[in-house]
Amino acid sequence: MRGIGKSFPGVRALSGVSLTLNAGEVLALVGENGAGKSTLMKILAGAERADEGGILIDGKEARIASPRDAEALGIGMIYQELNVVPQLTALENIVLGNEPVRGIFLDENAARARATALVEELGMDLPLDQVTSRLSVGAQQLIEIAKALAKKARIIVMDEPTAALTDREIDALFAIIARLKAGGAGIIYISHRMEELPKIADRITVLRDGAAIETRAQADFPQNDIIRAMVGRSVDAHFPEPPVVAADAPVMLDVEHFVRAPAVNDVSFQVRAGEIVGLAGLVGAGRTEIVRAIAGADAVHSGTLRVGGEIVRVRTPHDGIAAGIAFITEDRKRQGLVLGMSVRENTTLAHLAQFVARDGLIDGKRERAAAVKMTDELRVRTPSIEQLVRNLSGGNQQKVVLAKWLLGKARVFLFDEPTRGIDIGAKTEIYALMLELIKNGAAIVMVSSELPEVLGMSHRVLVIRDGKIAQAFGRADATPDRVIAAATGAAA
Amino acid sequence: MSALLKNPWLRTSSLVIFALVLVVVVNNAAHGAFLEPRNLVQVLQQITYSCVLAVGQTFVIITSGIDLSIGSLVGMTGVVMAKTANALPFDGAPLVLVTLLVGIVVGAIAGWVNAMPVVKLNLPPFITTFAMLEIAFGLAYIISGGSPIPVKSTAFSGIGSGTLFGFVPTPILWMVGVVTIATVLLMKTRFGRYVFALGGNEEAARLAGVNVARVKTIVYMISGVCASIVGFLYMARFASGSPDTGTHDELLEAIAAVVVGGTSLMGGSGSIVGTFFGALLIGLLYNAMNLIHVDSYLQRVVLGAVILLAVVLDELRKRYLQKA
Repeated sequence: MRGIGKSFPGVRALSGVSLTLNAGEVLALVGENGAGKSTLMKILAGAERADEGGILIDGKEARIASPRDAEALGIGMIYQELNVVPQLTALENIVLGNEPVRGIFLDENAARARATALVEELGMDLPLDQVTSRLSVGAQQLIEIAKALAKKARIIVMDEPTAALTDREIDALFAIIARLKAGGAGIIYISHRMEELPKIADRITVLRDGAAIETRAQADFPQNDIIRAMVGRSVDAHFPEPPVVAADAPVMLDVEHFVRAPAVNDVSFQVRAGEIVGLAGLVGAGRTEIVRAIAGADAVHSGTLRVGGEIVRVRTPHDGIAAGIAFITEDRKRQGLVLGMSVRENTTLAHLAQFVARDGLIDGKRERAAAVKMTDELRVRTPSIEQLVRNLSGGNQQKVVLAKWLLGKARVFLFDEPTRGIDIGAKTEIYALMLELIKNGAAIVMVSSELPEVLGMSHRVLVIRDGKIAQAFGRADATPDRVIAAATGAAA
Repeated sequence: MSALLKNPWLRTSSLVIFALVLVVVVNNAAHGAFLEPRNLVQVLQQITYSCVLAVGQTFVIITSGIDLSIGSLVGMTGVVMAKTANALPFDGAPLVLVTLLVGIVVGAIAGWVNAMPVVKLNLPPFITTFAMLEIAFGLAYIISGGSPIPVKSTAFSGIGSGTLFGFVPTPILWMVGVVTIATVLLMKTRFGRYVFALGGNEEAARLAGVNVARVKTIVYMISGVCASIVGFLYMARFASGSPDTGTHDELLEAIAAVVVGGTSLMGGSGSIVGTFFGALLIGLLYNAMNLIHVDSYLQRVVLGAVILLAVVLDELRKRYLQKA
């Protein structure tokens, strides 16, 4: 891939990325969340189109405009979210889209022969006639690999294939990768797990902020150098310094032994009034699941929650709101807003009871006044409060989400990726707002994949790994390399 | 085209234009008979039943659900009310009131049964209400023994076929009442706002503290109650409860009125007033075609084409808005 560039509205996702993959090698692709790995691979697989740059396969210019083109060129993609059809058997999935036929009929024998040969060649332990939904995630992944090979893939991309696998399954996967390599295939292996790179990678390319930073042979690329290349910059200085938490500040949020298998495994922490606690960690580490459980978006299996010292039972989001917990979700379009509703309707949705007059009807005048007040305070740029939120920019949409929660009397604010996909101006305003909240005695838990943001805004940083608090840092000790090391499980 | 699509009133305005063209053309063709007050009042009376059903259906469809059971619920509640009316020891207004109340309770229970598998197990409402369609249809025949049950009391005749000021048939007043109450409920109450919110984005509504299961349950109960009101009006009009009432084209006409009236089958948007106009347009269309002697099979073709046109416009508009 040569000089690949790609922009999304408002974001430059990739700029001038080049990488080479040789036959019979495993190239590991590493980088922080949002470094551009997935976008790059989607371009290779034909799921996205590059704005600039080109792709050469076997030295020849390749035009990849669709997943079909990629398939024809021998590119097989194994996404993190598996694309198997759960109702079909393993065998049916392996030959899916590629079924051998005799006339108009499926040729079951040929299909079985082909799948059996593949599975044996790779030394896979896979029950072919089992319905896929009954198989483990590891087995489903093997199906995906077999499926790619059934389509004669020579370039295989695996996006965090070990994220959901057990140790035994990982060993089996690595054995299969070794065989693929020996067979002359080239493999691009995306991973967040530092410890597995020496076992599997031949060369390592680090991506950062949409650019390829460095490529070295695995043996010459020690872990510390990889982390340094991934982080690259010191924490930006534009974060406002949060005021020191008073020594006698009461504990506002107390989470004790929260369990919600499999994502949350015995998590306990406290947040004091006026404090911001950042949850760092990789995507899928369980950060979002922890805040969801606190907010009642998912019910916890066990654990105790105290807000302002009192035990509260939070089983639904409604309970959470009643307990004074505001949950600013990570995906504003899917979870935070009703896009087809107006700014006013979204702003008042969670606290509509405030505006119901004695006759049971909504007092439109009071509702409008409250919506105007909130949108003014947060400086939401919208032509009117009757504008549909669908038509607002990302930053202004996020402010509407905030307005919705500020309308209540919440004392605990859970921010999940509060600044994702919004411009720098809106980001700064949101940071200022967070400080305003803690000055007024609120407690904040912030999940963010932007390391500078977590480090810049938090009094304390909890690094989450495998649904547990892997390590806790005070503000002074939380350096990028330490946090990344704790998040990836590398020896610090 | 794009400017047209941008107009949020596209649906309503195109309906109005369509209706105006219809009026002028047909009125000329029918030598003025179409615009005669008597004819228009008759259209209103004819649409009463499908309109009241469509009002209930509107609530359901805004939550992106569907209620297929309303037609057979009309028949079943009508039969139940006829039996009740004959069994009660008193007459006059108390009889009417108690009978209506029994019908409403039966309709509400049916709606509750429709909703339970939807909210508890997340089953598709298409299936649960389809099952209810069959159950209510069968029960109506079992309860009635297969033939219409004549109502002995004459207390209902004023409701079924009476008039106000000598020319406004009473069923129309019921329709106006239902449309008014439903509009207030949908536009002015917390419940109504939640109906839109969960139809637009159920997860966002849930995370905002909306009791999604409760709102959905009430929505299906409203639809059942609307069906029972139609059952009541039919029973009052014909002085009998017949098990096959409501089981012909009523369900499809109600859905057509909702869709033509601008409520999106994807949920999240719509209005009761739109539904009323949808029902009115369909009623006018049929009436006009009858006046100018359009073949009845061709009438069905035209109705189908109008429905298709309405949903195609809806989709085009939505795509345009999403791109913008």
